[in-house]
Amino acid sequence: MTVTSESVRDPLILGIETSCDETGVGIVRGRTLLANTVSSSMDQHVRFGGVIPEIASRAHLEAFVPTLQEALETAGVTLDDVDAIAVTAGPGLAGALMVGVSAAKALALSTGKPLYGINHLVAHVSVGLLHDGHGDVTRELVDDDGALVQGLGAVLVSGGHTEILRVRDLADDVELLGATIDDAAGEAYDKVARLLGLSYPGGPTIDRAAVDGDPKAFKFPRGLSNAKYMGSAENRGKRRYDFSFSGLKTAVARVVEAHEAEGLEVPVADIAASFQEAVVDVITRKAVLAATENGITTLLLGGGVAANSRLRDLLAERCADHGIRLVVPPLSLCTDNGAMVAALGSRLVSRGVAPTGLAFTADPGLPVTSVSVAEA
Amino acid sequence: MLLLCLDTSAAASVAVVDTTPQAPRVLARWETADTRSHAEVLTPAVETTLNQAGIAAGELDGILVGTGPGPFTGLRAGLVTARTLGFVWDLELFGMCSLEAIAHDVASLPEPVRPSEFAVATDARRREVYWATYTVADGEDAGPRALASGSPRVGAASELPDVPVYGRGAGLYPELLAHPVLQAVPGAHDTAPPVEWQPHAASLGLAAAAALAADLELSDDTSPLYLRESDAKVPGPRKKATA
Ligand SMILES: [Zn+2]
Repeated sequence: MTVTSESVRDPLILGIETSCDETGVGIVRGRTLLANTVSSSMDQHVRFGGVIPEIASRAHLEAFVPTLQEALETAGVTLDDVDAIAVTAGPGLAGALMVGVSAAKALALSTGKPLYGINHLVAHVSVGLLHDGHGDVTRELVDDDGALVQGLGAVLVSGGHTEILRVRDLADDVELLGATIDDAAGEAYDKVARLLGLSYPGGPTIDRAAVDGDPKAFKFPRGLSNAKYMGSAENRGKRRYDFSFSGLKTAVARVVEAHEAEGLEVPVADIAASFQEAVVDVITRKAVLAATENGITTLLLGGGVAANSRLRDLLAERCADHGIRLVVPPLSLCTDNGAMVAALGSRLVSRGVAPTGLAFTADPGLPVTSVSVAEA
Repeated sequence: MLLLCLDTSAAASVAVVDTTPQAPRVLARWETADTRSHAEVLTPAVETTLNQAGIAAGELDGILVGTGPGPFTGLRAGLVTARTLGFVWDLELFGMCSLEAIAHDVASLPEPVRPSEFAVATDARRREVYWATYTVADGEDAGPRALASGSPRVGAASELPDVPVYGRGAGLYPELLAHPVLQAVPGAHDTAPPVEWQPHAASLGLAAAAALAADLELSDDTSPLYLRESDAKVPGPRKKATA
């Protein structure tokens, strides 16, 4: 296959995402989004109150080919038109990743197209490159020449991960500034929703319950926020930008139990509001701190919890206070999807990064320093 | 029919099989003994095996995949690979219970050492085996063929009936079985003792050839035979701390 200069500038990339409970296939041409097809198994996890890896993996197997077919139809392209394929190699659930990686390899072999195994977290940032092709470009992370903005960072908040990243170059220079040391923020929402008798997923149900509650009714802990972990601006503590949500969940459980023990009605709205305030306060505080101390002037919010109204509002407020430009992609691009994988694939192809080939394996703990997996 | 055959129910294997009646032939075969790296090795192995057989994808008539039972993650690697290749190459997809691969190996044994009734067992982990029982049908011109006499199951080896048992599952729990076939069988194409046999894509293809020779149709169902539910438990109601 000869690659024309035009296709390198605007390559047609197909992206595959199966790291958690969404089977995603996205197609982009250059930075233009053509299709973002997602099949979710979320409904099957509701009765368990959380994502069950085996159930997610079974759903990926059944959803893959139909999702691929639909994405191709939506984009109005054939596999022959595709210049390269990208797939999430990690981080994520091992069994779930394995379905997408196996499928992507089969797709690459049978089409003869190059394959990139890419990093899920960096892909979350890469959606900021996309536009819908109608001249309505509002969320650009690049200048007119396609160069990435200086001082880019990201805060990613979902059921599977909670991280702060610094991005010097999407193709090969990404640094993890902070991450959760236990539960992901979305996971904490799910667990607390269960304590409060609210349904799964906890993000939207707690957000709704919190509307009528007093966020100051209970003083819940902000994990890893005391001096021991934070240190000072001059002498930064080891956990300065890290998160912990397990203590918060325990504190909520104590309040619920105390009310029940005294035969009092559990104040669901007040607890939901106070819990949400604790999560959102610590995430936005640390994200803005990491940004100001690391020269980050553009901050992208990604991950499914970006749907949370309080998180968006408080982050916008604090970013504005510190002169940080906040970029929030449309929600369909914040939750896990194939378009973000394709967007990163497109960037890698344009930058001339070598493909991964067919011999790699999924890596549930892939570090952000591996934007794409090197050929084995 | 020229079939690309895949099985990842235990070890991973790939074969190209010509199913011509009375003269079925394995054009190329590949296998790995490693049971935990299917996603890594399978697609490169498909490429190698097709090359070795000297067959281009366009010459294939279909893809046959072992549908298990087998450990879930490895099994899915084979199924999603087969389904994706079938979609892109626009080939007919066929599915067959993976235990039938070993059953066909048994039915193909020379007459004096061939049982009339037998069981096949593979490793289901957690001290259990996947198993099924078979009889041998004399297909006259088409040759002998294994006929399943029940659905595949999962359970302790001690639950198997009192018939000779072939396959790696028998080798793991010989003490729980009345008749594990421990000694290598003269005339078998696999020279290892039958208690070490694993399902192979080549045998699966030959089982398909035997079925076609007997005028049977292959199943187009590639649904995985998980046989076990996911381990997930629906959480019970939370205990209330009432006074
Ligand atoms: Zn994600």
